[in-house]
Amino acid sequence: MNFWILLAVNSITFGGLLFLLSAGFSLIFGLMRIPNLTHGSLFMLGAYVGATLIMGILSVQLDFWLAAVLSALVVAAFGALIERLLLRRLPGEPLAQVLVTLGISFMVADFCLMVWGGDPISVATPTHLVGFVRYGVAVFPLYRLAIIGIAAVVAVALWLLLERTRLGAMIRAGVDDPDMARVVGIRVSQIFTIVFGLGAALAGFAGIIGGPILSVYPGLDQDMLPLALVVVILGGTGSLLGSFVGSLIVGFLYNFGQALLPELAYFILFLPMLLVLVLRPQGLFGRQLP
Amino acid sequence: MSRKITRRKVLAGTAAGAALATLKFPAPAIAQKAPFKLGLLTVKTGPLAEGGIQMEQGVITFLKQKNYMMGGRKVDLVSADTGGNPAGAKTKVQELVERDKVDVILGPLASFELYAISDYIIQHKMPTLSLAAAQDLTQRKPNPYLLRASATSSQAMQPMGHYAATEMKLKRVVTISEDFAFGYEQMGGFQAAFEKDGGCITKKLWPPIVTPDYTPYLAQINDCDGVCQGFAGSNPLRFMKQYHSFGLKLPVCTGETGGDDALLKSFGDEAVGLISACPYTLDLENDSNKRFVDGMMKNYNTVPGFYAAGLYVNCQVVDAGLKALGGDVSNKEKFLETMKGLSIADTPRGPIKFDHLGNVVGNIFIRKLGKEGAKYGLKLWNKTVKTYENVSQFWVWPEKEYLAEPVYTRSYPPVKKC
Repeated sequence: MNFWILLAVNSITFGGLLFLLSAGFSLIFGLMRIPNLTHGSLFMLGAYVGATLIMGILSVQLDFWLAAVLSALVVAAFGALIERLLLRRLPGEPLAQVLVTLGISFMVADFCLMVWGGDPISVATPTHLVGFVRYGVAVFPLYRLAIIGIAAVVAVALWLLLERTRLGAMIRAGVDDPDMARVVGIRVSQIFTIVFGLGAALAGFAGIIGGPILSVYPGLDQDMLPLALVVVILGGTGSLLGSFVGSLIVGFLYNFGQALLPELAYFILFLPMLLVLVLRPQGLFGRQLP
Repeated sequence: MSRKITRRKVLAGTAAGAALATLKFPAPAIAQKAPFKLGLLTVKTGPLAEGGIQMEQGVITFLKQKNYMMGGRKVDLVSADTGGNPAGAKTKVQELVERDKVDVILGPLASFELYAISDYIIQHKMPTLSLAAAQDLTQRKPNPYLLRASATSSQAMQPMGHYAATEMKLKRVVTISEDFAFGYEQMGGFQAAFEKDGGCITKKLWPPIVTPDYTPYLAQINDCDGVCQGFAGSNPLRFMKQYHSFGLKLPVCTGETGGDDALLKSFGDEAVGLISACPYTLDLENDSNKRFVDGMMKNYNTVPGFYAAGLYVNCQVVDAGLKALGGDVSNKEKFLETMKGLSIADTPRGPIKFDHLGNVVGNIFIRKLGKEGAKYGLKLWNKTVKTYENVSQFWVWPEKEYLAEPVYTRSYPPVKKC
């Protein structure tokens, strides 16, 4: 019984972390039509920057949450730069854009290795969230439960942003039909930069939030990118609900797959993705791309 | 005394006139000899870079201390980055051998890299001092050009199994390690030795190399009084953290990668109590280790771990081989035989020698991770609690008996009912 409760709760936790990672990926994919292969690198970069701020530079040590917000801002700025300086120059050439993002991901990986070295960095759990919760015989770490809360808050905030603000309306218009959006006076290119920055910020934020569980190490980018891809393909691009449901599905598949059939864990993880691609290419909640 | 005479004879044989001059004025005579080319296959990019960078640091620390001179010859280091994959290792070993014409190869890091280049090494008769633990290459499918001064995958885990059964008094253990050859061989060695001394493995868990979250596996650790983990790279860090965060308190033991001294600065309190078996330990007090650690601190401001130490010892072997031959390595077979016949008393891991298959016989240290005695600005420290001396790759079994068994795999030795 303990075993099942533990796995179920952990599936939701892991789903929460995946949602933070993939929501931005999905937005960028939905709006700009490119699978942003730097997304894993942005996640790793956020984790490194955040870890550095927490450990302290120039003998100033930041609080975990402040560091998380700051590193999200740093990564957002970096993302916006990539969009402005590189992707902007390759309009309508998805292949070139994919290759550019792939190239940048290698460069970021090497940059991180140069700056932070190869040693893994352990991110301390925020002190007020150390420890675990007991429910009967089941034990569950407090911090992991907090991640569910964080993911929920971010999900609501994003939903409000997209559904209840003018900017959100413009983004939705851009996702649905960029040409028509331009005709009605929306500066879609500016929206591109904002969305890319926002997506990058979410990835960077996810990186540092995941830090106390995953730690930070070279190769973290390549470990996380496929998971984001699976989530977004399952859930559908450009759909917030899609990334939310997709993250939970992947969270459950990952946990139960590895526990029950470890030999087939990856098979179980990727099979639904294949089925979705064959039977419903736009994803469970995605709209057909024009 | 007799050794000195041999050395003179060798020198006299190669260049009668220069012999005296060499002894009296070493510098000018050396300048005329072509530099000795040391090829290093390492990993400086990608997920395995942590260990690879340390390998290079170990080599450079040695060379700096020797002023880039080995056995009276100037040394040129040619360092190649394989990227940590078999294809990269193959390309780079070709470059080192055919373009750079190196005299000896140090490395590679990973077992699958070594398996990938093993045939090439044989074809080109290239003396190779590996760090990779791929154990069949010094066992059932020996590569005659290979020397391993570090350890086979299970060489440290076998004493660990003995220690777990006899000193930690564990009875039932769950093993967990990455789902690849190094993991199988480590856990297989642990299981064989642990069960020989009365223990029992109740479950073997194999998470994939890339496992961001170990919770699905942690949930399966039950019905046991201890855990043996064989993780490598940054995985031990994440495993120990997650293990601790779920309130698990059973003792954990591990091997050279899982408790590596280089991870001490990254580990937190969650790792306190971890027992590890390693062919090198930072806290060994001998001259050679002091020189080595001081050198690493001076050059890189970091403490060495198993990877840096492995390569430092490899360099000592090459250096001693060159010295014994007076710097003449034109005959590769002879160079190899000379190195294989060495027994070096003062290395950072204590005395070493080689068995006839080219694998090291030396100390295995059992350490307990704690806070006591921490030096070099570290908060945590691996304190040696027991030293197994002259440990061979076959542990207590006769070689024939050991080699008659199949190589350790995912399902061998099998889990028995107990």
